[in-house]
Amino acid sequence: MDDHHENHITPYITHLKVLVTLLFLTFATIAVTYVELGALTVTVALLIATVKVFIVITWFMHLKYEEPIFRYFVIGVFLLFALIIFITFFDYAFR
Amino acid sequence: MEEHRDDIGSRMGMWIFIFTEILLFGGLFLVYAIFRAKYSAEFHSAAYELNTFLGAFNTVILLISSMTVAMSITAVQKGDKKLALILLGITILMALTFLVNKYFEWGHKVHMGIYPGSDLLKQFEQGELMFFGLYYFMTGLHVFHIIVGMIILLVVMYKVNSGTINADKFVLLENGGLYWHLVDLIWIFLFPLLYLIT
Repeated sequence: MDDHHENHITPYITHLKVLVTLLFLTFATIAVTYVELGALTVTVALLIATVKVFIVITWFMHLKYEEPIFRYFVIGVFLLFALIIFITFFDYAFR
Repeated sequence: MEEHRDDIGSRMGMWIFIFTEILLFGGLFLVYAIFRAKYSAEFHSAAYELNTFLGAFNTVILLISSMTVAMSITAVQKGDKKLALILLGITILMALTFLVNKYFEWGHKVHMGIYPGSDLLKQFEQGELMFFGLYYFMTGLHVFHIIVGMIILLVVMYKVNSGTINADKFVLLENGGLYWHLVDLIWIFLFPLLYLIT
């Protein structure tokens, strides 16, 4: 197996662009909490956090350049966690 | 003799470990979500006690350190050992800065009398008690991961320096980086949920 010679080299500038995007999203999250959105504040903050996690996983953690099986695993784990949240709240709501 | 190695398998193992970590913290986030639903007013008032500036500052630190560790992989792939060592060094310094901030943050709370089992905390409402319990446990477990990450990165630095990690063989650096990104991922959710929900 010669797989290690096919490794993708991410340019430095890509990492820098990813960081700038993440910092922008961080300040956006902080700004959002100062705007009165009521119950929506948490939803927006969680949505932005999810986008940030997606960016970190895709570029910093190189998932974009991994074998497809890695992506299926990651999607599977997030679906599993979503299911756990759903079942727990379903139970909590109908107690 | 041809050395046996399987870089994809090695990274796969690291990812599976990361999944277990996500479910570990996931369970804590679930506890947080349920108690927040139950005591939303108390969670709001308790979160006012947290220092948003320190939290935001630590977020920026972790994001920058995630970039430097990702860049160090690029440097090793290009054979630039010196730059890789500098980038890893910056990452570890960032981690140290995070710990120092945490020390001041926790120190201030302990000084005010808000710490697990304190007399002041016992007089708080049940919901506020839950908030601070979760705050100390979740950020504490996260800090523990920061310390472990620093040790891993120090070992990686040593191996980059000795040449065990090089442009042809760097999966250990990749896995160390993956661990460090995990620490960042957890904080991305901890920061808005604990510091920003006021």
